[in-house]
Parts: sequence; C-alpha cells; structure tokens
Amino acid sequence: MSDSKRLVDLFTVKAGLVSAIVAPVKSLDEALAYTVDICEKKDACQILMSGCESDLSTGAGALCDEKPSKVMVAPGLPGETFAALKALCADRGIHCLDSGMRKHLGGIDIGFTIADAGIAETGTLVLDSRSEELRLATMLCEVHVCVLRTSTLRETSFDAEELVRAYCKDGPAYLAFVTGASRTADIERVLAIGVHGPLELHILLLED
Amino acid sequence: MQNARDLKQYKGELTGALNNEFLRTAMDNFAMAYRVSRANAFKGMDLDGLIADIAKGKDYAMAHMEELLEQFTRNAKALGVTVHVAKTAHEANEIIGRIAQKANVKRIVKSKSMTAEETLLNHHLEDLGLEVTETDLGEWIIQLRHEGPTHMVMPAIHLSRDQVADLFSEVTGAKQSNDIQKLVKVARRELRRKYVEADMGISGGNFAIAETGTIALCTNEGNARLVTTLPRVHVALVGLDKLTPSINDALRVIRALPRNATGQAITSYVSWITGPGECQSSANGKKEMHVVFLDNGRRAIAKDPLFSSVLRCIRCGACANVCPVYRLVGGHQLGHIYIGAIGLILTYFYHGREKAKNLVQNCINCGACKAVCAGGIDLPRLIKEVHARIQDEEGHPLQSQLLAKVLKSRKLFHALLRSAKAVQRPVTGGTPYLRHLPMIFAKDQGFRALPAIAETPFRDRFEAIKPRVSKPKLRVALFSGCVQDFVYPEQAEAAVKILARHNVAVEYPMDQSCCGLPVQMMGERESSRSVAAQNVAAFDPASCDYILTLCASCASHLKHGYPDILAGDSRLEVKVRQFADRVIDFSSFVHDVLKVKPEEFKKDGKKTTYHSPCHLCRGLNVTEAPRALMTIGGLEYLPADEEDVCCGFGGTYSMKFPELSAELLKKKLANAEKTGAELLLTDCPGCIMQLRGGLEAKGSAMQVRHMAEALAERLK
Ligand code: SF4
Ligand code: SF4
Repeated sequence: MSDSKRLVDLFTVKAGLVSAIVAPVKSLDEALAYTVDICEKKDACQILMSGCESDLSTGAGALCDEKPSKVMVAPGLPGETFAALKALCADRGIHCLDSGMRKHLGGIDIGFTIADAGIAETGTLVLDSRSEELRLATMLCEVHVCVLRTSTLRETSFDAEELVRAYCKDGPAYLAFVTGASRTADIERVLAIGVHGPLELHILLLED
Repeated sequence: MQNARDLKQYKGELTGALNNEFLRTAMDNFAMAYRVSRANAFKGMDLDGLIADIAKGKDYAMAHMEELLEQFTRNAKALGVTVHVAKTAHEANEIIGRIAQKANVKRIVKSKSMTAEETLLNHHLEDLGLEVTETDLGEWIIQLRHEGPTHMVMPAIHLSRDQVADLFSEVTGAKQSNDIQKLVKVARRELRRKYVEADMGISGGNFAIAETGTIALCTNEGNARLVTTLPRVHVALVGLDKLTPSINDALRVIRALPRNATGQAITSYVSWITGPGECQSSANGKKEMHVVFLDNGRRAIAKDPLFSSVLRCIRCGACANVCPVYRLVGGHQLGHIYIGAIGLILTYFYHGREKAKNLVQNCINCGACKAVCAGGIDLPRLIKEVHARIQDEEGHPLQSQLLAKVLKSRKLFHALLRSAKAVQRPVTGGTPYLRHLPMIFAKDQGFRALPAIAETPFRDRFEAIKPRVSKPKLRVALFSGCVQDFVYPEQAEAAVKILARHNVAVEYPMDQSCCGLPVQMMGERESSRSVAAQNVAAFDPASCDYILTLCASCASHLKHGYPDILAGDSRLEVKVRQFADRVIDFSSFVHDVLKVKPEEFKKDGKKTTYHSPCHLCRGLNVTEAPRALMTIGGLEYLPADEEDVCCGFGGTYSMKFPELSAELLKKKLANAEKTGAELLLTDCPGCIMQLRGGLEAKGSAMQVRHMAEALAERLK
C-alpha cells in the first residue's frame, strides 16, 4: 500500500471514530457541489436541532428568530472558488457569504473551509484560524464542511510540529486542531454532539 | 468543597454521600467504563515511556520556571499581550477585576479553568458588579447551582438529568424535559446569547509555550474558541506550572491528556492562540489580550525537593477516576476545588490546612492513582507526607502518638500483643475470631469478624520448623510482618514447608518488628523511620540471597518505602539499598525463583478465584506469578471482576473509616462470589483478615487462604 493511501485510510478510520463524515472528492468543484447539496437537503427547520424547538428564555429565544433563510458561509476562499460556490448557492436560493459572521450569531447552516493540513493518527484537521470570520464560520455553523487535500496529510501530531511552530512564530496567530464535531458528556456522561459548535463535521478528502 | 469542622463532621458527610443512590450508581458505571476506554485509548502505545517523557519534560520546565516566564513574556509582549504575574489568588482576582473595569466591561463569559476555580475568581468579579457566565456545560450547571466541581474534567458528574432539567426549567422559566440531547441544546441557545453580549472572555490555559508566547487550550465543546473570539478582551488565567518550553512539549502532553482523562485520542478542539488577533467588536479592530500567571505557592513548590513533582500534573482527572474512595463518595467529599488524589495534596498548598486536614486522611493507600498518573507522580506518598506535615503543625492525635510510641519499641509492642492474647480468651468463644470486641475497638466494625491473636506466635514456633539443610540452594531471611507473626502464623509455616522442599535455608531474624506502614499511614514519620532502621539492622542483608515476605504491603513498603524513608541517613544508605534489592514477595519467589512444577502438587481442580492485593499488583507490579501458580498448584482459576481493586482493608484506614471499608469489601466479595469459586486466594495477610472477616460476618461458605497455604496443602 502506498504511504499516501495508508494515511488516507488511517485518517478515514480515525475521523469516523469521532463521528465525522468522510467522503472522497475528485475536484474542488465536486466538493462545492457536495456542500451545496447537503445545504439544500438540510431540513428547512434545521435550526430546530439547535434548541429553538425548546422553550427558551426570552433573550435566547429572540436569537432564534434572527435567521431569515439558509445561510452558507465560506470565508477565506480564493476569489474564483468563492464565486463558483456563490453561483451554485444562488441557483438554490441559498444565501452565501464570505464575511459578516457577526451578523449571523443566531446560526449559520453551513460553514465551508479548506484545511491547511490533516493529522491521520487522530483524524484531525489543522486550520489556520487567524481570520475571525473563519473562526466564527466554523463555530457558528450547524454543519462544517471542510476540504482536506490528501497531500497535506501527516501521520502524527509530531509530524505537524514544524507547521504549528511556523504559524505560532508568525503571530498574532490562531491555529486550530479540529477533531470531530463539538461534543460534551457533561450530563450523566452521555455523549451529546453540538453543544456550542457544529452538530456535524464533513471532511471531503481531495486527492491532489 | 470542604467545610467540615472536624473529622466527625466529615465522616457524617461521607455517610451522606454513601447514601446517595444516584451518585453511587453513576460513579460505579463511570469507574468501570473508564477502565475500558482508557485501555483502548492507549492500546499499542508505549504508555510508560510517554509518562516518563512527560515527567522529564515537566521537571525540566519547573526547574526553569523563571527563564520560561521571562521568555514567554518577551514573546507575548512583542505581539501586544500584557503579561501579569500574581503572587496570590487574591492578587490574580484583583488584576482581572482591574482589567475588566479599565476596559469598561459589564459582562464576562468564561471557559473552563481550574485555576479560576482555585482563586474563586467568579465571586470576586461578581462582587465588583460584573456578570460572569461559565460556558462549559458542566461548569455552567454547577455555577447555576452555586456548587464547586466534583471532577476536574466533568464538573457536574454528580448530577442526574432530572436535576439538570429542573435547573434549566428554573433558568429558562419554561418546563424542560429530562432528555439529555434536548437539555444540551437548551444550553447551546442560552449560552450563545451570553457570548454575543459579553465584552470579555476569560479562559484558562493548558499550556503557556515559551518559545512562541502561545496559550494552548484543549476543549471538547468548543466554548473556549467562542470565549476567545467574540468578546473584545481576552484574559487567560494560567498557573505558572503550565509554562513549557516548546510546542513539542505541548504535543507530547496532548497525546496523554485526553486519553487519560476520558479515553479520547484527542479533544475536539485544540486552539493555539499567539497574541491578540483581529476582533471586529473592538474599536480598533484588534483584541485586547492579557495573560495572568498565578503563583499562589507554585514558585516555592517548584523548589521543594519532594513536592515539586506535583507541578507535573496535567489536570487529566485520572487519579480520581480510578480512586476507590472517590468512586464511593464523589468529588465533593474527596476534594475541595482540586479533586481526587492530586486534590488531597493541592488543597493543603492552595487552600490551607483547615480544608485539607480531614480530606488527606481519606486515602486507603491502594496506589491506583499513582499507577495511572500521566505525570508519574507518587501521589500516595505525597498524600501521606501532607498528612504528616499537618500533624506536625497541628499536633498529633493521641491514638496515633500512642501507636507511634509502642511501635518504636519492638519489645513493648510484642509484649502488648502477647498480653492481648491472654485477655482476649473470654471473647473468642473458642473460635479464631474475636466475637465480642471491647467497645473501644468495636465501633462500626460489625461488617467483618476480626481474628483472634494466635496461641503461639510464629517467632516462637520457628526454631522447631526451621529447615535443616546442609548444602542450601538459596539462603532466605523471612520477614513475617506482625499479622503473620501474631495472628496467622500458619501462613508463614506453610511457606517454610515449601521452601524446605526446595532445599532453601531459612532464617528468621528475631529482632524484626512491624514494617512500620501503619505509623507511616498515620503520619508518624519519626516512628516510621525508627522502625525501618531497626528492621534493616535486624536483617544483615549481605548474609542472605533474598528477604522473603508473604505480606504484599510489607513487601512493597520494605522495597520501595524504606529507601525513601531512610534517605539521607548516611550510616544506612548502603544497607537499606541492599535490603530493598533483596525483598521479594512469596508468589514471585516461588514462581520465578524456585520455579515450582505442577508435578509437585496434587491436582484437585478446586474452583478458585483471586484477590490481587494493591501492594502486590501496583506496589510491586506482580500480576502474572500468582495466577500462574494457581494452575500449577492444580486449582481451577476463575477470574473475578475487578480483581485488582482494593478490598477496603488499608490497615488503620479500616478502623478510621469503617463505613467506606465495609462498602469496598462488599463489592469485592460480591465479585468473588459471582465466579462460583469455593476458594478465594490472595497474597497478603491484611487482605485475608478483611476478606475472611467479611465472609464470616455474612456467613458465607467461601474459604480464604494465602497462596502459600493453598500450595503447601497440595504438596505431594
Ligand atoms: S492511593 Fe488509592 S485511595 Fe489513596 S488517593 Fe490514590 S487511588 Fe485514592
Ligand atoms: S495528578 Fe496525575 S492523574 Fe491526577 S490529574 Fe494530575 S496528571 Fe492526572
């Protein structure tokens, strides 16, 4: 087995263990189509998943009313990629943004990003989160879709050490390791996904 | 949190916890599940190597604390971070309060920080009129309930879904169901608003990395990312012990932290924050960032030759997860702010004697915490040391002083034991048990029958049974320990019988006394040291090949305790090393050294199960030999659940905390009986006293024997 295939397999298994959904894609276009697709398939009342179906205190409930239509955010993409995504979204009536996350604190349907690297051993995405927009996009969204180029995969976190150092030396910096969706087991040790951040994490493995 | 005035009140609280059914079940389930998930998480990894590396890295960092602080400060400052160092908890709170006031902050969101719990930061900020909201789900729950955490990683582990549902109903003013998934979503929405409104976010820090001036944070919920992103001010409150030279150190600790904490390979999020980045809610588009380092004794601890190792702690909580006492009574009773084994120690340093004095006595010395500690800290030893220091500071209780005095003189001690035999006669009713204990000893001891003192101690029998060997294959000196000498001499006799068969010369040095563990456990250092020195002198270690003991607790104390206890005594240094090097437990000696064969024993296939003594399996790392011996000896070994969990004896512990001892014993016996075995074997007379006493009290037919007896009985 080639080394790259081995890492892809390892990554897929490990990310699966933390209930990330891993799918291979052949091109960035395919990734965009995939993303718009799940946004469209996403229940129109998706926001219910995030607690709005429950009775909330008045202030918190007000946030639930803030969201007009489905929102996809994709900050920090190369211009043409974002344009392509925006066009796909427009076809399906999805609001697509690359900035202004703070206006959408009530919730975002999909956050779309491209990872800087991946760590196979733990199924981890490494994301340069210097941009506040990107950080918020990946935290406020209900579904985070992230493209991971297989050429950036490494086996262990130590193999990513130099990369982490390079980012941290170039401060101010904010680097994130993301492994699976936001989770908690704080009530009776029962696992619950999506306590603050995304309820789902999709990782699209792009062979390059 | 510890508010008990004295031991009596503390014990009352323990009883309360024992009667909390939900807590008991939750803790049991957790303890069992944790074992499995931890083992899976580390599968295929060199765990010992990783722990040793972490310990080494942390020791290095703590020895260079000032340089690291200087380097961190330089790097962070260059990026625009304001770095503060607070000498005390109060000072840290004041610094943070001032930062808030200066920045005109009204509302604060926090992510989980044990350091902020340590300083009771929330109280201070609330007194300044600031609104503070914890955003970690568990922390938020306990904040709303005005409680302290009961676990360092899962702060609300003591609460049921119903309690949380009631709480959330109150908070939202609307009825909430007890569906956990829904409750979590309620928190999601309620807390989202808090982030939006907050002007300041306070986080802790798992690492303060000097080479880059980075604060790294591990969370599962992702709340720390929002806390450090949305508000315009970020304050990280970090203990000086979190300073670490490089990213490499942090990556190494991250390999162990989540695995040891919850059995996860890594937390959902690890954030590496280096300097204040962009922040759109700030007037100048830039975050205001502060790092507040907390000393609160850490600088001094780093210089303490014995206690500096506590700064290796990475706050994984594993030492609570495996603690049998924690499992029974939960974190409110086994901690103040810091919970579990490490909490017993840190409470003394960070919150004072008054909070620590009862707590620190509630350790049965089973060593389970030490065996899983990610920093390789010798927690039980340090717990005993804290206990001793508190007694030195506050005065020693009368009982403990008495025992210390008696044990220091072997002659007095043995004379007392002999006279006890004479006075016990009316109360044994002709059985080997003390049927009616004199009231002073009898308190709450009904859960087990205590053994009577033997007619003739082993020391008086030895001359008659001493093997007469002309050309011995090995020379062994026997250390019987008090229990086998005065209560169960037949166990030592059984061992001698097997040794004689193998042409081993046996000596029994008559000046030997109690190993001293009981006084060590009670914080009587002076007496413990004196007894140790007497025993080393009684055995002339160079004159024998092995020092054999049938008591697991004695063995681990002689082997690992003595060199520590007698360290620094230049007259004894060589002898104590030679002594410790020769100490061996019975099962290892018979299996590994004598290499006994199945042909030597009559095979009867008796259904047998095993209790693995704490001081054998963890104290001496002996696990295979006894199990193999059962098969070699012709028995049918039926493994029991949780064989390596403490039986609840713990020497003087069971006298001090009989209720907890009884609960541990109940579980142990239930697991043994479940196997359907007729015979229960173990390698420690103390455990035998506990197990046999418990079975006798409940009228069970299961027999308890020392491994030596089981083998000797079956010799052909
Ligand atoms: S030695 Fe045992 S009883 Fe004592 S703190 Fe450690 S795990 Fe708990
Ligand atoms: S003392 Fe050891 S086991 Fe306990 S929390 Fe600290 S690192 Fe973990």
